Amino acid sequence: MNTTILLFLLQDGVTNGAIYALLGLALVLVFAVTRVILIPQGEFVTYGALSYAMLATGQVPGTVRLAVAMGIVAFGLDLFFARKALRARLVLRSAALNIAFPIALLAVTYAVAGPKTPIAVNIALSLLIVAAIGLFLYRIAFQPIAHTSVLVLLIASVGCHLALQGLGLVFFGAEGLRGPALSNVALTAGPLRFTGQSLAVYGLTIAFIIALWLFFGYSKTGKALRATAVNRLGARLVGIRTTLSGQIAFLLASVIGAISGILIVPITTLYYDTGFLIGLKGFIAAIIGGLVSYPLTAVAAILVGIVEAFSSFYASNFKEVIVFTLILPVLVLRSLAAPAVEEEKD
Amino acid sequence: MSALLTVADVHISYGKVEAVRGVSLDVGDNEIVTIIGANGAGKTTLLNAIMGILPLKGRTTFAGIDMAQSDIEDRVASGLSLVPEHRELFGTMNVEDNLQLGAFRIAKATAATSLEKVYTLFPRLKERRKQLAGTLSGGEQQMLAMGRALMGAPKLLMLDEPSLGLAPIIVADIFRTVSELRTAGVSVLLVEQNAQAALQIADRAYVMELGEFVLSGTAKQIASNKRVAASYLGFQHEGESAI
Repeated sequence: MNTTILLFLLQDGVTNGAIYALLGLALVLVFAVTRVILIPQGEFVTYGALSYAMLATGQVPGTVRLAVAMGIVAFGLDLFFARKALRARLVLRSAALNIAFPIALLAVTYAVAGPKTPIAVNIALSLLIVAAIGLFLYRIAFQPIAHTSVLVLLIASVGCHLALQGLGLVFFGAEGLRGPALSNVALTAGPLRFTGQSLAVYGLTIAFIIALWLFFGYSKTGKALRATAVNRLGARLVGIRTTLSGQIAFLLASVIGAISGILIVPITTLYYDTGFLIGLKGFIAAIIGGLVSYPLTAVAAILVGIVEAFSSFYASNFKEVIVFTLILPVLVLRSLAAPAVEEEKD
Repeated sequence: MSALLTVADVHISYGKVEAVRGVSLDVGDNEIVTIIGANGAGKTTLLNAIMGILPLKGRTTFAGIDMAQSDIEDRVASGLSLVPEHRELFGTMNVEDNLQLGAFRIAKATAATSLEKVYTLFPRLKERRKQLAGTLSGGEQQMLAMGRALMGAPKLLMLDEPSLGLAPIIVADIFRTVSELRTAGVSVLLVEQNAQAALQIADRAYVMELGEFVLSGTAKQIASNKRVAASYLGFQHEGESAI
């Protein structure tokens, strides 16, 4: 092995690691605020990536129809839970968010979809579609059971993953898709070649980490989300709606997932079920970060990316095995360091 | 006197066990009302149910509005605030962030003046405003919990055992602050095991035993009651009106 190969592998690892970092951050964020271990994070990646790839070929992706359907169910749930005290303002707000927003999205998608649509419009549409799905997913699957145990939430999460993955097969077919690159520029530094795409990956990852840091450290909403994560009852006692916090967390997670997908779909072919494996690697990073620490998660994600790059070079058959085995020593160390904690009751 | 908070014939159960049985109480404007009673009498349960943390059977109205349909967040917005027994602070956030989150539902300009008021009330919090809430002493945490509740400009502040686990000198400090709240137009519903301290600052009092109110009256009447004196104040009255 020479230095060039070493550098190539490191570069590859860091690029993938940056994506895992984004997903890991989203997982930590969602878990901290809602106690949901977000298995369908990978589906947000696939949906974002493949919606973007389909839009790029001028087709309307099925995800936008799913968003409308989920919006209708979410509206029905809103009405059902508010049936005892139905206020006009509440109904209007719910109708605007759950009915008008996805239908407008559907109309815009049908209106602009075509082979000549600019990339920026396709990206924006894909992000909005996945954001809507993420938001409604929380409303439909998790908000009604928000008070239950982590285990129940995890089971619901696995169910959502299976359902969304199956729908992904319906929407995108069994064949993989690739999307157009965001930019075609390329820089050369020594033996390394940085494509515009990989630079966009680094740039967006860093931008997201800084944005999340600013959001949680300085904005009122960000602080409210943190407060919900630290102490749910305390948050409710100062009037923070924990359901709103959950919706914001899912919204952020789905947007982060979709962005990751759009970033990687020009680099690798994605299938309807690829997202799960990518999401799992973000999950490993999140576990190494103890599901609480953002910086540790980001560092661990880069590490996971590098380990993956090296193991695919030396033992490509065992690539996934080696990556997922990383979690074992971490779990052993963590369970030795922190004795079993009883789940918080609320 | 119009009642700010009215609780009528309230029952609260944990499964099959009825912890509170047919309790009625009211709190007026600018009034300090205390509920005293032994550990396990149902005082905390009652406060939590009034706040909406636990479900109850019966009627509760606050500021003239029936609270049957409102959740915790609605109640906070309408001016009801609870400082819970375990304080429920945001331990990994600093004092000032905790206080500012207390004004989550309040306009920014109002929140700034509230913050000044809270710092005047508890100068100690101002000194420690960049310290993490979890690293404060018990007394400071109690001050922070009260400060956070006051940031929301409540009409009625419900305090659950503010003296619990605190040194007597700090208890005196906290009770003095509670009695000062009245001048700021805040009513107080105070639940306490420390009956003596509570009765000194309260206008009226209820005595709770095994989920029921067994006595009620002005704080002076309750303090001079022989049974109360024997069970809660730790001494025997010699004469009838010896206060």
